[in-house]
Amino acid sequence: MTADIFLQTLASGILIGLMYALVAIGLTMIFGVMDVVNFAHGEFMMLGMYSSFWLFSLYALDPMLTLPLTVLMLFAFGVLLYKLVIRRIINAPMVSQIFTTFGLMILLRGVAQFLWKPDFRSIENSWVAGTVKLGAFQLGRPQIVAGIGAVLVTLAVHQFLHRTKWGAALEATAADKEAAQLMGIDSHKMFALAWGIGAACAGAAGVLLSTFFPIFPEVGANFILLAFVVVNLGGFGSITGAFWAGIMVGVIEVMGGLLLGPQYKTAVVLVVFLAVLMFRPQGLLGKA
Amino acid sequence: MKTTRSSVVIGAALALVIALLAPLFVTNASHLNLLILVLMAAQLGVAWNLLGGYAGQVSLGHAAFYGIGAYTSTLLLLNFGINPWLGMLAGGGVAALLSLGFGWSCFRLKGHYFAMATIAVAEIVQIVFTNWEYGGAAVGLTVPMTHEGWGWLVFAAKLPYYWLALGLLVVTLAATAWVERSHIGYYLRAIKDEPDAARSIGIDIARYKQIALSLSAFFTALGGSLYAQKELYIDPGSVLSTALSIKVALVAILGGIGTLFGPVLGAVVLTTIEELTRAFFGGTGRGTDTIIYAALIIAIAVFYPSGLIGWWRGWSGKRRARKDAAARDPQEVLR
Repeated sequence: MTADIFLQTLASGILIGLMYALVAIGLTMIFGVMDVVNFAHGEFMMLGMYSSFWLFSLYALDPMLTLPLTVLMLFAFGVLLYKLVIRRIINAPMVSQIFTTFGLMILLRGVAQFLWKPDFRSIENSWVAGTVKLGAFQLGRPQIVAGIGAVLVTLAVHQFLHRTKWGAALEATAADKEAAQLMGIDSHKMFALAWGIGAACAGAAGVLLSTFFPIFPEVGANFILLAFVVVNLGGFGSITGAFWAGIMVGVIEVMGGLLLGPQYKTAVVLVVFLAVLMFRPQGLLGKA
Repeated sequence: MKTTRSSVVIGAALALVIALLAPLFVTNASHLNLLILVLMAAQLGVAWNLLGGYAGQVSLGHAAFYGIGAYTSTLLLLNFGINPWLGMLAGGGVAALLSLGFGWSCFRLKGHYFAMATIAVAEIVQIVFTNWEYGGAAVGLTVPMTHEGWGWLVFAAKLPYYWLALGLLVVTLAATAWVERSHIGYYLRAIKDEPDAARSIGIDIARYKQIALSLSAFFTALGGSLYAQKELYIDPGSVLSTALSIKVALVAILGGIGTLFGPVLGAVVLTTIEELTRAFFGGTGRGTDTIIYAALIIAIAVFYPSGLIGWWRGWSGKRRARKDAAARDPQEVLR
């Protein structure tokens, strides 16, 4: 009996952790390439959720169908935001960078509230709705699909970075901007690309979440804090690190909730996070 | 350099006179309230600046100290009938004490890691208070209005809170000015600018960072107690939120970090913008005020990365340079 509860909790922890990982991957990529912490990252996810919601409720298009479209839109949005705003603060002090992206966070929430009202929305009866029974325990089908989707997107990003010329250029810029520039790699293009991919990943996470999570302007707040923890634990800039750390954070969260009550689940994650940082300031999976 | 120092003193004296005379001209309760909010925000910005500006440690978790100040004085008053003046000092003491743990767990971290860790600490404090029955949990606490007057820091009128907020700001500024000029200030600047050089000449970096943090926590907590006495009601959302942590840092950064009066300038501008946009656009209920507020934050961060003080200095510096040039060559002015 308890073993069943344990296993069920473990499975749901892994599934939600995959979503944290997907949000965190974009965050860590932007950080790795240009040393900017994007506080507005949860809002990219929120925009992905709304895109999915409106395409579903206005045109009856299923989230799974509109996923590529939303990802493209968010990619374009990320690039645009880089060109309009972020490009100007690359050499600014860290505090100005923090407040630029923090301002973007409030701005995007405000715009979402202005356009779509602060109501909670949800997508009912999507293709993936329902539950899956696996022996003694059951899991939501949307969560399983979202988890698989997160793995696929992460793999795609990983392949892109390691198998394509653009990916190599991006990694080179992350490793040493000046050297990469001497090799003819335009850093501005690479930064824009990182913002595009980062936003696209968060957008994908938004679409995957939209089938089982309420959609509202402040929804990003729930995810950004844990995504920061994931980025830290995985080592700033590491995609693989963020992936595994995301799963870990998801599991710690639900296990903490199971042991101490759901109101303390986030606190448990944060305590573990601080404890880890004390012994490994570079993160659990980061290199010294 | 001498001229800037004396012009700062003159400016500060002028600002103080204006602040002392302001209640004579501002009689409208909501305008007076705006002034109180400005003073309270300025005090928090100045306190934050002790750590963020002088020691260069960007904290995004100062709401934890603010909330601890508010909760300590209120809980002592509610449960033990302890006078809020004492409660305020106790709150400052508790915050300074807890800042030891805060520093111990976060100071090993640098830059972004430190900022993230401070967010985490503040979030943990918020979760604890939201679920702690004795501390009122999510419902919050109400400060009793049994004794009115200066003895118990409860007033029906707004004006006494204005004097309290002004007094607290002046005390915090005085403490900061003292730190700035003492050896602590020199050590902190060394730690901020050249940590390795500071270590090599034997400065105990951890100790001085901790001193800055404890002072900062102490004064932030005093601000929290004052808030509790002014609003007569506190809950985790109002005194422990991440948004508050960010706002405190923003006040200092907007004005100019590491400068004595930068945070005051930042508080004047930020609080005014915030309250005006709320007054003009808040009624729509569609977040128009937030959009304008956010757009302004972004614009300032992008265009004036060293804060409003930096912009002012650049402007007055240019003017002075022109004046100097004019003294040498009158033709220069015409160019």
